[in-house]
Amino acid sequence: MQFVVNGQPRVADVEEDMPLLWVLRDELGVTGVKFGCGVAQCGACTVHVGGVPVRSCQMRAGDVNGDITTIEGLGTPEHLHHVQEAWIEHQVAQCGYCQSGQIMQAAALLTRTSNPSDAEIDAVMSANLCRCGTYPRIRAAVRSAAQKLRGA
Amino acid sequence: MASTGKIARRGFMLGSAALAGGVAFGVYRVQVPYANPLISDLQDNEASFNPWVIVTPQQITLITPHGDKGQGVASAQAMLIAEEMDLDMGQFEIDFGKPDKAYWNRALGEDGAPVLPTDDSFGAEAQRTVFSSLFKMLGMQITGGSSSIPDSFVKLREAGAVARETLKAAAAKQTGIAVDRLSTQSGAVIFPDGTRIPYTELAGTAADIAPVVDVALRTPSEWRLIGKPVQRLDIVAKSTGTLDYGIDVQIAGMKHATVICNPRKGGVMNAFDASAAQQMRGVDAVLEVTGGIAVVADNTWRAMQAAMAVQVDWGPAPYPAEQAQHWAEMEASFTKDRLDKVWRDDGDVDDALSGVDAITAQYRSPYVAHQPLEPLNAVIRVSEDQVDVWTGHQMPRFLQQQVAQITGHDSDQVIFHNQFMGGSFGHRLEFDHIKRCAEIAVNMPGVPIKLTYSREEDFAQDFPRHPGVARAKGVVKDGHVHAIDLHWAAPSIVASQFGRIGMSLPGPDNQIAAGAWNNSYRIPHYRMTGYRVPELAPVSSWRAVGAPSGGFFFDTFLDELIHRAGADPMDERIRLMEHDVSRKVLKEVADMSSWGGDLPDGSARGVAFVESFGVPVAMVVEVSTPNGAIKIDKAWIAADVGTVIDPVNFENLVQGGVVFGLGHAINSEITYSDGMAEQSNYYDGDGLRLYQTPEIFVRGLENGEKICGIGEPPVPVAAPALGNAIFAATGTRLREMPFNKFVDFL
Repeated sequence: MQFVVNGQPRVADVEEDMPLLWVLRDELGVTGVKFGCGVAQCGACTVHVGGVPVRSCQMRAGDVNGDITTIEGLGTPEHLHHVQEAWIEHQVAQCGYCQSGQIMQAAALLTRTSNPSDAEIDAVMSANLCRCGTYPRIRAAVRSAAQKLRGA
Repeated sequence: MASTGKIARRGFMLGSAALAGGVAFGVYRVQVPYANPLISDLQDNEASFNPWVIVTPQQITLITPHGDKGQGVASAQAMLIAEEMDLDMGQFEIDFGKPDKAYWNRALGEDGAPVLPTDDSFGAEAQRTVFSSLFKMLGMQITGGSSSIPDSFVKLREAGAVARETLKAAAAKQTGIAVDRLSTQSGAVIFPDGTRIPYTELAGTAADIAPVVDVALRTPSEWRLIGKPVQRLDIVAKSTGTLDYGIDVQIAGMKHATVICNPRKGGVMNAFDASAAQQMRGVDAVLEVTGGIAVVADNTWRAMQAAMAVQVDWGPAPYPAEQAQHWAEMEASFTKDRLDKVWRDDGDVDDALSGVDAITAQYRSPYVAHQPLEPLNAVIRVSEDQVDVWTGHQMPRFLQQQVAQITGHDSDQVIFHNQFMGGSFGHRLEFDHIKRCAEIAVNMPGVPIKLTYSREEDFAQDFPRHPGVARAKGVVKDGHVHAIDLHWAAPSIVASQFGRIGMSLPGPDNQIAAGAWNNSYRIPHYRMTGYRVPELAPVSSWRAVGAPSGGFFFDTFLDELIHRAGADPMDERIRLMEHDVSRKVLKEVADMSSWGGDLPDGSARGVAFVESFGVPVAMVVEVSTPNGAIKIDKAWIAADVGTVIDPVNFENLVQGGVVFGLGHAINSEITYSDGMAEQSNYYDGDGLRLYQTPEIFVRGLENGEKICGIGEPPVPVAAPALGNAIFAATGTRLREMPFNKFVDFL
């Protein structure tokens, strides 16, 4: 099966029903995307497919219908995405395990609206679980990232 | 090196567990420092001055042996060394190092002593010395009990200072310029003419001279890093998906495995049929492991699919099958023969209670799962003369022993590569997942086996927090709290957890007292008694261990009495508080929240105070009740840790602790039916979500003499603060967690 992951064409010999999460992690070695719950409850596996945020633990490999962007493709330590910049400035992460998914969710939100209300931020980001409880900083970082994007 | 002297002490009972071994050592052996484990790995021209610093011609490496579960302690340990070594953040690599006795925990041992944290008497100090010495002799390298910073604060600055002075001596030797004319800055020795020689260029010379150990530590006014906002070393990697956790480790030739074990924890597997699973794509093997089966495959998902296709007949649970039986056993435990200890007996409680109509209440605290977001995992490769283990763990030397027992190697043949952890909350103090992985790997020599638990398996096998029941009687008099008699019955978490690694607990368990006995209120008559319930389901340390239960029981009952006395909840706590540092914490949170000021219509507040691991913590919660559901609007929290080493990370950890404490108080519990946990994934209790998270205002105070850790102490105060606020708002008194069984939340 053929995929485009972070701009690169990739091939994996997998079943149609293998979740994209496991294609990325175990077949293609893309481990920035995390396994958390396997049932779309935690959002740690959030990636963009065709620009839309999806829970990769719930998307069958055979249903992938667009280019895949993972946290590694959003930005790199050398070339950070605005959302990643904001996450670093606010020192959001504690264990950090959920943050790939949080950042991908936030980036998708800000692509849709560059000026989200607090209620929109709460609604969209509540889909992602953080067991360390970094929510106050996530809120602040999303607001900062929105400002950066509007200024860019 | 100098003694760490009086550092912080917390309430963890590990010292008693260690004591069970009946070990006795002479004073001399206690005082001799352990050899530097780094020396044997050095090449020519590479220097190490102590177990925490390596300087080579290429780079500087700082060893940060406390495991990082998200609390930021890898960064914090490095910062303490860098402070004295005159390194800038980013001028060095960090490494978790290899397991070694040299990394014994100096602070956690002191906490085994059954004395109040506020007790500075000679006798209390003597008891701490006994426990701490035991920890040293046993080489207890453990991350836990919020002890990493107290353990590290002096010794790692000393390690940095020794490195700095030795590098200066090397520069003097190399150039002939007197050492007292040299200074250091940003990873280099600075000469009188301004010339700089980077430390790395001094490695060869430094390797040939004895470390300069007579060093003085800098005063706080000279600190460049400590107490200042510093960017955590892991923050960029954690924001870009480039940090490898244990679950991300990839070794050439690696196979992927999963397990399904008896959900009646500790029960046997009677029979299994793997014929269908063995035919599935990618499956290499289906193996029997202790209490269940393992599937080895070429992909984690294929392994999990195959594991679900195995038909298994499980044996019964070795504990009561139904939750009601667990509660009944606890309620039947307030008896003389189950008395664990009378932890506190101030005044004359019996006299105060006699002949009066006492106020009574009963409280319950449930089993609660750990469930950090990174599922349990490990990678193990077994070779003839070596075993490699890659995972994140809090007890490295115990891990070596546990693996060696399975593979038949010596402990020192087990090479442990510690990894950053995606949370723990106590989960990664346990060994079952490591042992299952070793059992698989020993069957497939030479093949690296990555074991990953499904979330459902992680829930099923989690050893949750110990539950408890408390009964309280109290008296109010003349508008004040007059007497409290608190009885708390619970299974022993220390006995259960350490029993699994062959250690016993001879004395009482202070985690059936934590949060309830260790406060500094001067209530005229106060007694706190712990009762030990025989082990029910196996239990394990959960963030803050006993105090989230004990603090909830004690502070909620105190609040009930204060309301009955007609006193102000804040004023009465401040009035009763005898310990100056603790009183200032209460006053601070009153000030931060403008306690007593006007509130929006329909809003109400509660306050709570709980001490945890030596840290006095006070919190105010403000709630409102739109449409009848509880909405948590704001929280103010103050804590005194003696010295705040990183204000940004401090705030983050306190906010996170509040979220963790509130979330679990509201919606999380583990209950048993047919011997199995009824909760299997996050939809059965996920803690707080972002939309439920209040604004959280944090203040760190530094009035305490001793430095303390902040990873756990913010948790216990959250539940009583919320419950007291809900009472103020609704008149409903919540005496059992989780609260969502009794009131609705937004």
